[in-house]
Amino acid sequence: MSIRTITFDAIVVGGGGAGMRASLQMAQSGFKTALISKVFPTRSHTVSAQGGITCAIASADPNDDWRWHMYDTVKGSDYIGDQDAIEYMCNVGPEAVFELDHMGLPFSRTEEGRIYQRPFGGQSKNFGEGGQAARTCAAADRTGHALLHTLYQQNLKNGTQFYNEWYAAELVKDDEGNVCGVIAIDIESGETVFFKAKATVFATGGSGRIYASTTNALINTGDGVGMALRAGLPVQDIEMWQFHPTGIAGAGVLVTEGCRGEGGYLINKDGERFMERYAPNAKDLASRDVVARSMMMEILDGRGAGPDGDHVFLKLDHLGEEVLHSRLPGICELAITFAQTDPVKEPIPVVPTCHYMMGGIPTNVHGQAIKLSGGHEGEDQFVNGLFAVGEVACVSVHGANRLGGNSLLDLVVFGRAAGLFIEDQLRQGMTQYEPTDGNIDEAMARLNRWESSAGGESVPALRKELQSVMQNHFGVFRKGDLMAEGVAKLADLRKRIANAHLEDKSGPFNTARIEALELDNLLEVAEATAIAAEGRTESRGAHSRYDYPDRDDENWLCHSIFDPKAKKLGKRDVNFKPKTVDTFQPKARTY
Amino acid sequence: MKVSIYRYNPETDREPSMKEYEVDTQGKDLMVLDILALVKEQDQSLAYRRSCREGVCGSDGMNMNGKNGLACITPLSQVAPGVLEGKKPLILRPLPGLPVIRDLVVDMGMFYNQYEKVQPYLQNNTPAPAIERLQSPEERAKIDGLYECILCACCSTSCPSFWWNPDKFLGPAALLQSYRFLADSRDNATEERLSKLDDPFSLFRCHGIMNCVSVCPKGLNPTRAIGHIRSMLLERGI
Repeated sequence: MSIRTITFDAIVVGGGGAGMRASLQMAQSGFKTALISKVFPTRSHTVSAQGGITCAIASADPNDDWRWHMYDTVKGSDYIGDQDAIEYMCNVGPEAVFELDHMGLPFSRTEEGRIYQRPFGGQSKNFGEGGQAARTCAAADRTGHALLHTLYQQNLKNGTQFYNEWYAAELVKDDEGNVCGVIAIDIESGETVFFKAKATVFATGGSGRIYASTTNALINTGDGVGMALRAGLPVQDIEMWQFHPTGIAGAGVLVTEGCRGEGGYLINKDGERFMERYAPNAKDLASRDVVARSMMMEILDGRGAGPDGDHVFLKLDHLGEEVLHSRLPGICELAITFAQTDPVKEPIPVVPTCHYMMGGIPTNVHGQAIKLSGGHEGEDQFVNGLFAVGEVACVSVHGANRLGGNSLLDLVVFGRAAGLFIEDQLRQGMTQYEPTDGNIDEAMARLNRWESSAGGESVPALRKELQSVMQNHFGVFRKGDLMAEGVAKLADLRKRIANAHLEDKSGPFNTARIEALELDNLLEVAEATAIAAEGRTESRGAHSRYDYPDRDDENWLCHSIFDPKAKKLGKRDVNFKPKTVDTFQPKARTY
Repeated sequence: MKVSIYRYNPETDREPSMKEYEVDTQGKDLMVLDILALVKEQDQSLAYRRSCREGVCGSDGMNMNGKNGLACITPLSQVAPGVLEGKKPLILRPLPGLPVIRDLVVDMGMFYNQYEKVQPYLQNNTPAPAIERLQSPEERAKIDGLYECILCACCSTSCPSFWWNPDKFLGPAALLQSYRFLADSRDNATEERLSKLDDPFSLFRCHGIMNCVSVCPKGLNPTRAIGHIRSMLLERGI
């Protein structure tokens, strides 16, 4: 089958913070760079990030040190974050954040004219010894919006070629498995095109829509992970899903941790500030996994509020109208719209809600996608031509639990790093791998399957069922038998989705087609999550099991690697070798 | 309740038409976007844009019973009296004044073109310091109410001056962004920015109708920003 080919030096799939930081880097240096995004870039999910970007720029505290931030991140990851990557992120971070200011990001300010920083969960001074740190750089509570628009503006200025409302459907590989580009659909016309490039950068974001209740945008369907898994590539630590403590009960909409950073706290139905019992030092600013679990314990112990006792409250009224309206204006709007609650007067009903995928495509600090061959654990081999940055990647700086404010830093630092690395490779002469017609046909197979479907179950019904399986079997607390049941249900869903029906086959702006293709990706991410969660027989970070309640460093101080071909879970060494500081040794994690 | 939706598929329809749907809300005051999702379960051929579903991405601007807004943060009770109770249908149309691609999806090309014309990025030709460019809280406060724009196009597509001259009049959204950079103490391209606006159309076609202010889902005030630019242009002319 022959389809139109468009050729670039580099293509970036995804127009969120990571993708646009990567494309900006390459476009600035004059390389022919395309950014393919299924939505207009400023509609990407980065726009919803609220509280800030955590980075030791030493504004709030002139003595702040990136090594302290590194320590907090390693501890937050429950020791399976790679220390070389965390070192790189925390060390390079300040430069990357100052660049954002120079680009025009409208950060909030201190009296000295510097960037305003607020306290966030899990952030300490002096390697956990000096109390709470204020390290999270903020633009009110709209930091993601400010960041995303700034990056889009800079890409406009620097001539990135945008393919907005184009949907990347499949990786194209040659016979040796080298990546040649992607198949993408122009949503507006329905045309299918082969984008050929020396470097393909996945920046497709997260997959929170595998759960029924999530803070994630409707577009977060795990397209990059889905494409990688179908291409036979592994994913790492995919069982690690963050449940954000404060999603608005019922609506799932996020309420920033910055609320607690500014002095808000959680109360149960009796009005008790319960975090004092679970985390006597950090209290409401303990790490997210700790706070989410504590909230669920309160609810399960019968101290939840509401007619069904299914949520707790976030109390903010004591902060006063002025602070709320100047520091947390977006939250006030969201609470009124989605909880019919004015935080100036009453507390917001909140519940832990699926928020972030710590796992993803394993990469090194340059974004190079790692494939593993049998038996060589820890010895990295790369997928030629493929890179991943941002939430879709697992570099891994978040390990088993991400700290608040570290995702935006991850986006800009590693988007930039991948851009810098690819630029350098392009200058040295990077290979363009050429696919055969057969390779293209192979990549088109899934599209053709949907196009020729003549009957079967509908996409919305199957999606709903998948989301409820994930919600009920792979939530905050997990248990072996319940997960085994979930794995079986997903296997059944796989068969049914393979025979599902796309009724509307029209060309122009056919969102039913996109939703069908997204469903395939949701299934891939859900199944990988399920098998990895069942396989990791311990509790660590966000992965918490009733049947294995303790952390097991002897067997599981490692990454999990899900192999989609065998549907088996393997292990990969965690990096404990930072370049400029001593290793942070695993110890008991308390807040 | 009854929902009446503008339908048009260029591949099969000679002209647009309104299609009626029956949706069971179980009496709940759902958001308009939730209603669209329920309709799409019945009829998957319905096309509309959506992403964040919390009013920050700007995808789902549309016209609801005659007024532009974001479907995801507009509850039925706010659309028009009687809609929630089922006494009146919910009537959904694409944003007015832009070409329709399909159903509720409009071609935003003209809107984005005008945005790009104002050079919506910080310009500063002095060397950047090793840290951030300092900006006092008072200076920073001047871009509050400007930078929050989500480019949903509710304002520009409710503006008669934009309907009339969508190629020459920049429209409220683009002008709000123009002022966002004029007001930023870190930007020093003021003269260049102003000179580009100094013609009969780009800015001066604003007649202060203020539809933009009444529909902005983020509560922003483009008319005021346009007024500030007018003053800057006048001062510059003296």
